[in-house]
Amino acid sequence: MKYKLGTYAVAAMMAASPVMADLVFPSLSYRTGPYAAGGIPFADGYADYFTLLNERDGGIGGVATRVLECETGYNTEKGVECYESTKGEGSLVYQPLSTGITYQLIPKTTADNIPMHTMGYGRTSAANGQVFSHTFNYPANYWNGASGAINYLMSQGDIAGKKIALVYHNSAYGKEPIRTLEELSEKHGFELMLVAVDHPGQEQKSQWLQIRRERPDNVIMYGWGVMNQVAIQEAANIRYPMENFIGIWWSGSENDVLPAGDAANGYKALTFHGVGSDFPVFDDIQQYVVDAGKAAGAGDQIGTVLYNRGLYAAMLAAEAAKTAQEIHGTAEITPAMMRDGMEALEITEAKMTELGLPGFGPSFNVSCENHGGPGLIGMTQWDASAGTWSLISEFSATDMEVIQPLIDEDSASYASENNIEAGC
Amino acid sequence: MFYREAGDFSTTYPQDSQTFPIKFDRYRYYVVLAVAVLVMPFVMTDYLVNSIFLPFLIYAIAAIGLNILTGYCGQVSLGTGGFMAVGAYACYKLMTAFPDVNIFFHVILAGGITAAVGTLFGLPSLRIKGFYLAVATLAAQFFLVWLFNKVSWFYNYSASGQINAPERTVFGIEVTGPNTEAWATYLFCLVFTVGAAILARNLTRGSIGREWMAIRDMDIAAEIIGVNPLKAKLTAFAVSSFFVGVSGALFFAVYLGAVEVGEVFGITKSFLVLFMIIIGGLGSIFGSFAGAAFLVVLPVVLKIVGVDMFGWPTDIVAHFQLVIVGGLIIMFLILEPHGLAQLWRVAKEKLRLWPFPH
Repeated sequence: MKYKLGTYAVAAMMAASPVMADLVFPSLSYRTGPYAAGGIPFADGYADYFTLLNERDGGIGGVATRVLECETGYNTEKGVECYESTKGEGSLVYQPLSTGITYQLIPKTTADNIPMHTMGYGRTSAANGQVFSHTFNYPANYWNGASGAINYLMSQGDIAGKKIALVYHNSAYGKEPIRTLEELSEKHGFELMLVAVDHPGQEQKSQWLQIRRERPDNVIMYGWGVMNQVAIQEAANIRYPMENFIGIWWSGSENDVLPAGDAANGYKALTFHGVGSDFPVFDDIQQYVVDAGKAAGAGDQIGTVLYNRGLYAAMLAAEAAKTAQEIHGTAEITPAMMRDGMEALEITEAKMTELGLPGFGPSFNVSCENHGGPGLIGMTQWDASAGTWSLISEFSATDMEVIQPLIDEDSASYASENNIEAGC
Repeated sequence: MFYREAGDFSTTYPQDSQTFPIKFDRYRYYVVLAVAVLVMPFVMTDYLVNSIFLPFLIYAIAAIGLNILTGYCGQVSLGTGGFMAVGAYACYKLMTAFPDVNIFFHVILAGGITAAVGTLFGLPSLRIKGFYLAVATLAAQFFLVWLFNKVSWFYNYSASGQINAPERTVFGIEVTGPNTEAWATYLFCLVFTVGAAILARNLTRGSIGREWMAIRDMDIAAEIIGVNPLKAKLTAFAVSSFFVGVSGALFFAVYLGAVEVGEVFGITKSFLVLFMIIIGGLGSIFGSFAGAAFLVVLPVVLKIVGVDMFGWPTDIVAHFQLVIVGGLIIMFLILEPHGLAQLWRVAKEKLRLWPFPH
């Protein structure tokens, strides 16, 4: 048995022999399992953008990019295996697209000096760069999302005395907004009702029966994967008014609303980036990636919400790599240089327009203290007859008065647990 | 030629009743142990330890635990994931409450706490058997996972409900936390695995193991010849849960470092460990190791062959993995219902007679 393991080990090492001549962007994707509906478009968008850079610009700063895909199935053990098997290849930045895997990787990436970008997920208090030196979650996080949803409701009318239900995935991810919403409910005087849904969320009859009985004025959902579709279908079944139902950005893709058909019309979801394929960059993707037969996956996801998010994540990573190349004056950057690039990242409207994504996301600067970006949140709404999401509000600021103390408190407790000296 | 008693004389009773009475077998065991302790730490890398060796060693302990209960005592349990969670959370609470005590004792104590919980959930086994007991342990699985999710005392009121292992050292060398060396975590788990295997092997060879097997083979007959079913069943639950708890503690503290109970210790974990002992061989310590190695190494090998060598898309490989593992389980159950341990026994018999089988 030992002998066999040795053989496998040799095979593993031979297979993993590094080719250092390119910029490696690992993609810990999940195209299988109960969360695949969300994992596939994100992974496709992430891979397609790097293919576009290779085909159109010859890579980043003249160095070709390589996307190293590893299937995690949204499972933390496989995520750790993926991390260990890819980190030796010069992986520049990790984007696990799973809050559970993020929690595993925060200490590991810090120890290995590799940056991690958890865009709109992960540990919210990682926005405090003084404690979380290698973790970034710009441009928005879960607590911005919770506050954004409440701000939107307040813009629609007084919410004092109203009842708002939070339907959440009973995991680290779903529990993230609870503290923020509790603080906000005290501040604005609404009543908060918590409804947990256990993994994977295929059975939610009792939760929606509870909602039907308690009749909350609004429902906010923090769901992912198959849980979203089921929740929207159940909401339709109890005839809950869809325009009062708001999902976080992970509960607002085409996959989530299509199964419910016309009944999902009017469902709302938060977002931190633009929707649709009406941006110049998609013409380039059509020309250089799709028509050349190099699209990732089945190539049928282009322009969907989560594809756009994968594309946006890849764009931010590529821009950070460019920044790192400028700072260090070398085209072949290391993960440590990449981290410096992420910390010095500047996204301006002019830059976005140049990249073919005008108005797609907010302008922001990352700094050593603030790894979280500005947290600007917009609202989208689903039109079932047209089959499109449309942006129905401006990207607006969230209540940092409430969020910042929570970030400071949570990151301070992490720092004391792990003997981290805060500082820049 | 191999595995023969010829020329191997026992002059005392202890010699005659030792674990490996055949000289060749005994030396093979020493060689494996020597390689594991003296050679492997020097070739250990982060990748090897985190993808293969830590999961193998830790699952082997869990498989030994479940094998004692199901393989030796005949009590079917689907609560392994829940009991591993008890070990993990007990270890976490102990680590954070008594930071000055060595992590080694925390792991042992976590096993002890799990043994107490396991005994409690083993009480129904005195009244019910077979499928009904399986359902009762299934209830334990769901209840324990729900409990650790619901009561925030267990995760020290952290906002996310995750538990994170703080840094702890043994002889000044870190074994938990992010800055560990591959060889240190490997050796730490190896100590527990070897200890568990030796303990389990000797328990099952002694009077208490015979009681368990008597209960397994026919409980009424066992009662008539004087085996106390209360004692036999509850000790089986306690010892089994102890091992499962130790493996849960190591799984959390050394291997993963951060755990969310519903995802890591769900029902799939119970089934995984059950598959390990079915494939490895019920009622065999070696089978526990073989089954754990098989189910840990196979997905890694399939991934390396499919993705790295042939360059297939990762989702195709992931789907094929399910098909192949499922197919192999069915094939094993048809061709060799007694598992890998039986294959090993047959191989030993063949080697004994080789090269003159008649």
